[in-house]
Amino acid sequence: MSPVSRAVAALRSFGRFWYDFVIGDDWRVALGVAVTLAATWGLTRSGVNAWWLLPIAVALLLGLSLLRVVRAARQKSPSGS
Amino acid sequence: MTTFVLFVTVLLACAVEAVEALTIVLAAGTSRHWGSAWQGTVAALLVLAATVAALGPAVGQIPLGALRLVVGALLLIFGLQWLRKAVMRGSGYKALHDESQAYADEVAAASGAAEGGRGRVKDWYAFTLSFKGVFLEGLEVAFIVVTFGDNQHDIPVAVLGAVVAVVAVTVAGFAVRAPLARVPENTMKFVVGTMLTAFGIFWAAEGAGANWPGSDAALLVVVPAVAALALGYTSVLRRAKATAAQPEGSLT
Repeated sequence: MSPVSRAVAALRSFGRFWYDFVIGDDWRVALGVAVTLAATWGLTRSGVNAWWLLPIAVALLLGLSLLRVVRAARQKSPSGS
Repeated sequence: MTTFVLFVTVLLACAVEAVEALTIVLAAGTSRHWGSAWQGTVAALLVLAATVAALGPAVGQIPLGALRLVVGALLLIFGLQWLRKAVMRGSGYKALHDESQAYADEVAAASGAAEGGRGRVKDWYAFTLSFKGVFLEGLEVAFIVVTFGDNQHDIPVAVLGAVVAVVAVTVAGFAVRAPLARVPENTMKFVVGTMLTAFGIFWAAEGAGANWPGSDAALLVVVPAVAALALGYTSVLRRAKATAAQPEGSLT
């Protein structure tokens, strides 16, 4: 293995580690949190005290993430067994 | 957040991760070489301590609003990961974390690995296994210690919670010389997931400029609400799994 490809492999594994550490199993949850925070910031800047937006988004994001788990489990085992 | 809540949250998070790290170190020590396993553990603890010592003051320099936005967002993402797994485990969609099984798996993998040392380390595999186990399990705790401690301007209490948890788990583990299978790890993960998510919601919303009704007292509603939400999802998923498992003919 050449030094360049070794460095690329090390960088890739470093990036994968931080992706797994920060983003985890479901990237949609992390994206949803980022979008909701941007929306909260935008609303508060325009004079709306949007403290309620994040709790609603968290309930939805967790629910949707769990729904994907249930759907994936059902696809693996359609009979539920 | 009171000093007590800060202490308990860090203590629980650290205890959960310490139990998992202990399982890996025990596997590396008993199946390979205790000296190398200890060297790996001490090296990882030193790197973690250096991380906290470097990050703590650096994070303290960030303006509170920006700190709460970034830290709140990260805590929220971490918390939702913990909570999601806790709900999946509680409802049967993921196997409960079993330290005895994890220990058996690690021992089997360690027994089959190649032997050999490097420098002062007699068994490189035992060293790296212990180092990785302690460092990876500890990194999230280091983040929690720094962020919770900085947000409350009380790093020493957060560090104390982490040290008490590590010492208690280490003493218990080496007293029984076995993985701590009786620790209610899944329940503790549920509690930590709830706390991380609730504080993440609170701090991230504040960091984005929102003002909570009742200021800090809002946490007294946010924490139980997150716990109720997770328990509700667990109950719904458990029922869905039970219904799906029933044969079609048995439905009335």
